[in-house]
Amino acid sequence: MSREIESHRFLDFAYQLYKTMKTNEINLVYEGEVTQDITKTFTSLTERNMAKSEESNQVQRKVFNVMVECLQNISKHADTLSDDDEDERRGIVMVSRGDDSYKIITGNVIKNAKIPGLKESLEHINSLDKAGLSSLYKQQIVESKISEKGGAGLGLIDIAKKTGSKLSYQFKELNDEVSFFILTSTIKRN
Amino acid sequence: MDVINIQGTDDTPNVILDKASGQFEISGRSLPEDVNMFYEPILDWIDQYSTDPNDHTEFNFKLEYFNTASSKVILDILLKFEELAEDGKEVVIKWHYHEDEEDMLEAGEEYADIVEIPFDYVLYTD
Repeated sequence: MSREIESHRFLDFAYQLYKTMKTNEINLVYEGEVTQDITKTFTSLTERNMAKSEESNQVQRKVFNVMVECLQNISKHADTLSDDDEDERRGIVMVSRGDDSYKIITGNVIKNAKIPGLKESLEHINSLDKAGLSSLYKQQIVESKISEKGGAGLGLIDIAKKTGSKLSYQFKELNDEVSFFILTSTIKRN
Repeated sequence: MDVINIQGTDDTPNVILDKASGQFEISGRSLPEDVNMFYEPILDWIDQYSTDPNDHTEFNFKLEYFNTASSKVILDILLKFEELAEDGKEVVIKWHYHEDEEDMLEAGEEYADIVEIPFDYVLYTD
């Protein structure tokens, strides 16, 4: 009997999830390891969906660009809950299409010690206008070196430049060591 | 000098570097997992080319998309050609951008602000 209830609950959950996704026009949800192959798969999937929906080329290109940077941020910077699987870069990825905009929401575990620095970068980026972002980008590209992980520290600036929207973010503390970092990038549809 | 001719993939660009025919081009998409690994042979080739360059070099960038890690390497490439220009060689960057891709034009303009080489912007359609 209890097994039946369990399976009912699961089916109900699957249905609720489906409904929520439909109502909110969520095109993609993923939780798991984020690798280069996953990045390529999601970007081409999203590209195909947009092409079918006859989204304007400009918007399609921006969504593609921002997705790549968000996913590569996770695959380069995500921390883990335990030290055992340190090399695994996991996260969640959601893409939704609203009437006015696309939203790309990514989430990953981050060490609490890194939060102040990241917050400072995000706030600084959000305080700048288009020209300010452009000069920060130029300064950063000249000064930066490619890290061991292959990042240039330009991803967030690039997202802000290309979307023309403020980066929306949250940190949810999980324990003394780590938090969950959620970043929402908004791409206007016209 | 050897010719570099790399066929592009989903995440790496087409690259043609041919001193004899004067063809220098990077086109397509650049978002490799490991930018250093992909671009190392290209940067090495340019270093070698710089020891005995043509009098005139026209370098074509026709990129549909590049990630930020690639953007740093593109700057490294441009800086190498800037040195050639400083040594009195004629260097022109042809920066191609799709009509739907204003961001790509802006990216070219930002590079042009940083390096002292003339940029020609070339608009293309599908």
